[in-house]
Amino acid sequence: MRPARPSWLGLIPRLTVLLLVLPVAAGLVGVLAPSFGWLPALGGDAWSLTPWRALWQAPGLADMLRLSLVTGLASTLAAFAVVMLFLGAFLETSLFRVVRRLLSPLLAVPHAAAAIGLAFLLAPSGLASRLGSPWLTGWERPPDYLFPGDPGGLALIAGLVLKEIPFLLLMSLAALPQCRAHERLMVARSLGYGRLHAFAKAVLPGLYPLVRLPIFAVIAFATSTVEVAIILGPSTPPTLAVAVVRWLNDPDLSLRFLASAGALLQLGVTVLALLAWWLAERLVRRLAAGWLVGGGRRRGEAMGRGLGAGLTGLSILLLGASLAGLALWSLAAWWPFPAAWPAPMTLATWREAADTAATPLRHTASIGLAATALSVVLVVGCLEAETRRRRPLRPGAQLILYLPLLVPPVAFLYGLVQLQAQLGLAAGWLAVTLGHALFVLPYVFLSLAESYRRLDPRWSQVAAALGASRARTFWRVRLPMLTTPIAVAAAVGFAVSVGQYLPTLLLGAGRLATLTTEAVSLASGGDRRLTAVYALGQLALPALGFVLATGLPRLLFRHRRHLLT
Amino acid sequence: MPRPPLARRLGAALLVPLLALAALPSLADEAPLPEDWSEIRAEARGQTVYWNAWGGDATTNRYIGWVAERMAQRHGVEVIHVKLDDTAAAVSRVIAEKSAGNVDEGAIDLVWINGENFAAMKRHGLLFGPFAWRLPNFSLTAPEDNPEVLTDFTLPTEGYESPWGKAQLTFYYDAARVDTPPGDIRALLDWARAHPGRFTYPLVPDFLGSTFLKQALIELVEDPAVLAEPADAHDVAAITAPLWDYLDALHPHLWRQGRHFPASGPELKQLMGDGELDLAFTFNPAEPAAAVADHRLPPSTRSYVLDDGTLGNVHFVAIPFNARHKAGAMVLANFLLSPEAQARKQDIAVWGDPTVLDMDRLSAEQRAAFSTDDGHPARLPPRALERLRPEPHPSWMEALEEAWRARYARG
Amino acid sequence: MPETSPLWLDEVAIYQGDRPLVRVDARIAPGEVLTLMGPSGVGKSTLLAQVAGFLAPAFTATGRVRLGDEDLTTRPPERRRLGLLFQDPLLFPHLSVGGNLAFGLPPGGGRRARRRRVEAALADIGLAGFADRDPATLSGGQQARVALMRVLLAEPRAMLLDEPFSKLDAALRDEMRRLVFARVHDRGLPTLMVTHDRQDAEAAGGRIIELAP
Repeated sequence: MRPARPSWLGLIPRLTVLLLVLPVAAGLVGVLAPSFGWLPALGGDAWSLTPWRALWQAPGLADMLRLSLVTGLASTLAAFAVVMLFLGAFLETSLFRVVRRLLSPLLAVPHAAAAIGLAFLLAPSGLASRLGSPWLTGWERPPDYLFPGDPGGLALIAGLVLKEIPFLLLMSLAALPQCRAHERLMVARSLGYGRLHAFAKAVLPGLYPLVRLPIFAVIAFATSTVEVAIILGPSTPPTLAVAVVRWLNDPDLSLRFLASAGALLQLGVTVLALLAWWLAERLVRRLAAGWLVGGGRRRGEAMGRGLGAGLTGLSILLLGASLAGLALWSLAAWWPFPAAWPAPMTLATWREAADTAATPLRHTASIGLAATALSVVLVVGCLEAETRRRRPLRPGAQLILYLPLLVPPVAFLYGLVQLQAQLGLAAGWLAVTLGHALFVLPYVFLSLAESYRRLDPRWSQVAAALGASRARTFWRVRLPMLTTPIAVAAAVGFAVSVGQYLPTLLLGAGRLATLTTEAVSLASGGDRRLTAVYALGQLALPALGFVLATGLPRLLFRHRRHLLT
Repeated sequence: MPRPPLARRLGAALLVPLLALAALPSLADEAPLPEDWSEIRAEARGQTVYWNAWGGDATTNRYIGWVAERMAQRHGVEVIHVKLDDTAAAVSRVIAEKSAGNVDEGAIDLVWINGENFAAMKRHGLLFGPFAWRLPNFSLTAPEDNPEVLTDFTLPTEGYESPWGKAQLTFYYDAARVDTPPGDIRALLDWARAHPGRFTYPLVPDFLGSTFLKQALIELVEDPAVLAEPADAHDVAAITAPLWDYLDALHPHLWRQGRHFPASGPELKQLMGDGELDLAFTFNPAEPAAAVADHRLPPSTRSYVLDDGTLGNVHFVAIPFNARHKAGAMVLANFLLSPEAQARKQDIAVWGDPTVLDMDRLSAEQRAAFSTDDGHPARLPPRALERLRPEPHPSWMEALEEAWRARYARG
Repeated sequence: MPETSPLWLDEVAIYQGDRPLVRVDARIAPGEVLTLMGPSGVGKSTLLAQVAGFLAPAFTATGRVRLGDEDLTTRPPERRRLGLLFQDPLLFPHLSVGGNLAFGLPPGGGRRARRRRVEAALADIGLAGFADRDPATLSGGQQARVALMRVLLAEPRAMLLDEPFSKLDAALRDEMRRLVFARVHDRGLPTLMVTHDRQDAEAAGGRIIELAP
């Protein structure tokens, strides 16, 4: 075997790392300095600890921290539990394929749209309450219960759980073949283990390490989300991330120093949540060691299966009903409580949106496609380089790839804008596309890495033995064999791009209207009908991406059955 | 392997923003714009003006769309509406640009602004001006008779912003459920006791939420005159004590027992539409009627102003210090003050935002365009807006917001 | 020696869509090994999957699988208590060698008693002292023996062997054959084996059903 000669391919991993590290680090510096009182543009020209002191004295800080940690960890745990219960109860059943088909497109639902839909479903004047009123509840007027927005954050947790289930499920599905789940399950069941026990004791220990990073990404998102927490979370006090954004947006510009300190504290909260999870992991591993080999085969099997079915069904029902509620609003004219159905229905809102949505639609699609294409090229380049070097990326480099997922965007986006201004990169399409790539790339990597690494190296060896060059092997053997995973990874990336709000607004100086910027600014105006139209548009585009990602390979390789499994 | 460590290269890259953070950009000299208006118009032709304005209201957005069409036809200026969910995003952008030493290539040309945002931007030298007096149409506001177009929250605008429209705190209620709405802030407390859970105000420091605090303060304070002066000259705690007593009494009877607040005025309106609230308020006197027409509020909605008057103010447009297309922005600001644009803006069928022009300065023909009395039942009676109370000094708002957060935001 | 019942395959037939694939009607007595022979693709492994309860959704089956009077046809695999031995040893990589064996043991008994049984089982297959080893450090033959012992510890009522020796080299293959058939015989387990290797069938010493494509 000749040593890998340096080539353009070897540069891609470094380029990728640089492309990710530089903006995040620059962004962090951009909040680090103001958090110690340094921001000359606002008259901060002396270093001090005042912002940190102000932060410690911020009213309700302890509650904010508790809320961020609890909602972040609880929602991740719940989403993980539902996905695992579902897999345990239904893996390799026909119901499994149905649910999988139902859930996969729901991955495309943008967080904000799901949150708006859920809020409308469960609010006192919402769809659920309307369906039961007044015949069942006796309510002629909406009751006055505090949900969503409850101080404990239950509504927020529910919203996050719903949104993370499809993501964790997709990531688990990708990892199942790699840990030989099918064989493990079969062995355990032939030894008399019930489905759920077989999954928990024989498959899960192999599956978990493979879905660990996606789980960490979920924790980071859930502890730092702004959109979902604003819509579903409590307001007095809110989560820390929401408070930071409020301080940043306060007309009193002196609060920006406080906000910078808060953004760094938010980073600390996320790190703390990750640490807590990591510790819990070790604890569970220790506690479960005896249980794994204790021989228990069926205890609680029926209950666990019922729970898995119930929770999965409930999740699908809630998410589906949320979207149905949005769809109804998009057709509504005047729709008072307790009418469960808008009458009359009108297409006026859709027509109005059609007049104005063409440009945002074009921007959304072009930015999404470009950011996804860039990310896919870089990710495939990284993975191909590591395949040829025959060793995976160093853990450090691997961590850097996920940096934009692990560092809360509020902590670095404002600093990023400054970097953009410094580099003289004009606010606009290119800046926004690069900014999106920052968030798209980690998800593409997350979705593609396992499949790429799993591809049997003997295919390349066969090709090489037949005299094919490395390039030819890549283009003619590896790439076609990976068409499906690459297409799915691209669809995930595209969906991520479509959902981006802050990067689009800040890096584009607001000049590039996308479906999401329109939806969010309309949501700030409270017109639920127009918001619903845009949210559905936001959902439709990535859903189309998923349909293409799963459908195109089927079409291309319809006579190559083995490529499609 | 002799490879320069990645860390060192990254470190070098990171120094760039740090250094730039340290380099305080010297403020640009007064923009070298031509003195003569016709020359400004000539310079504006062909420019693209990026107008950052809140985009949460479809009717407003449509009006801005109409403005853009006219500007292209009349002045050859392309106007692009940059829709924001919060004016703070525009402020952030200008700060970032200033920090990065961008003094004449700014991405924002015109921004819809008033009150606290204006005060903060002006204080930090983020605005261009004075320019308002150079706009030919500015004289139609008759500033000598209407000082409100020259002051923003008691602060003199000094020509750093140009008036665009008027706002006044206006209450609205659902007449199908409420017979007699409360006529002042004290009556509101009794009303809330009798109708628990049917009234609330937006989360402070939302603009409208803070305005509610100020309105209550004005009515509850012993001597409203002190509010025109900066707060730090007075014993804030003593003066505002009646307000906190009042809120302590009011909160248990609010929507969600005062444990949760809607995020904004639009959310308040949505809660009215959902039937969760019976009484709400807005800063745009025409909004309730427009919302009824738009099927967002019940047809039985009625508007009114509190008996002793409510807070009112003017909203403005301003130009950031580093705007790239200042001439175009000025021509746009001037067009916004034209009788044609103002009359259309006031038209309830379009937007319904009251004009800032002084009718005495207009010709009879121009005046006719403003007399739109369509008698919409949700509309405010024409004379109601005469009961106007001035805004307190902005320092009071900051004091109120801080105290509110300390008292009620900790959950 | 526990009481065992014969394994019945009553007119078991497998279809792929409408196409009949394979059809078997047999009674396997306690301690008897019935061998299904045939080239790849005739559906012998599919038939075994049907008996074990793992028939893939692409196939359908008719007929009944019984153990004595007990009808297993519609039971989930974990309730059939049939020991299944695969081509690969499929030891769980997340458990130690001892853990893999304990995994097969029925629940109950104290931690120490279980440990003793695991160690006795290891000694029984000549691997005494291997309990804490990582399965990955075992040779192919050792892994195969552990896999067999794991199945036996689960106290199956019959055995299903799916090409159990095909991945072993010639010397080991003989040894494993002897080991497996001796255990099956000792315990009086009715056994169904599918293979394409005639030597397997001969070593088993039972009836042979040849499946033609």
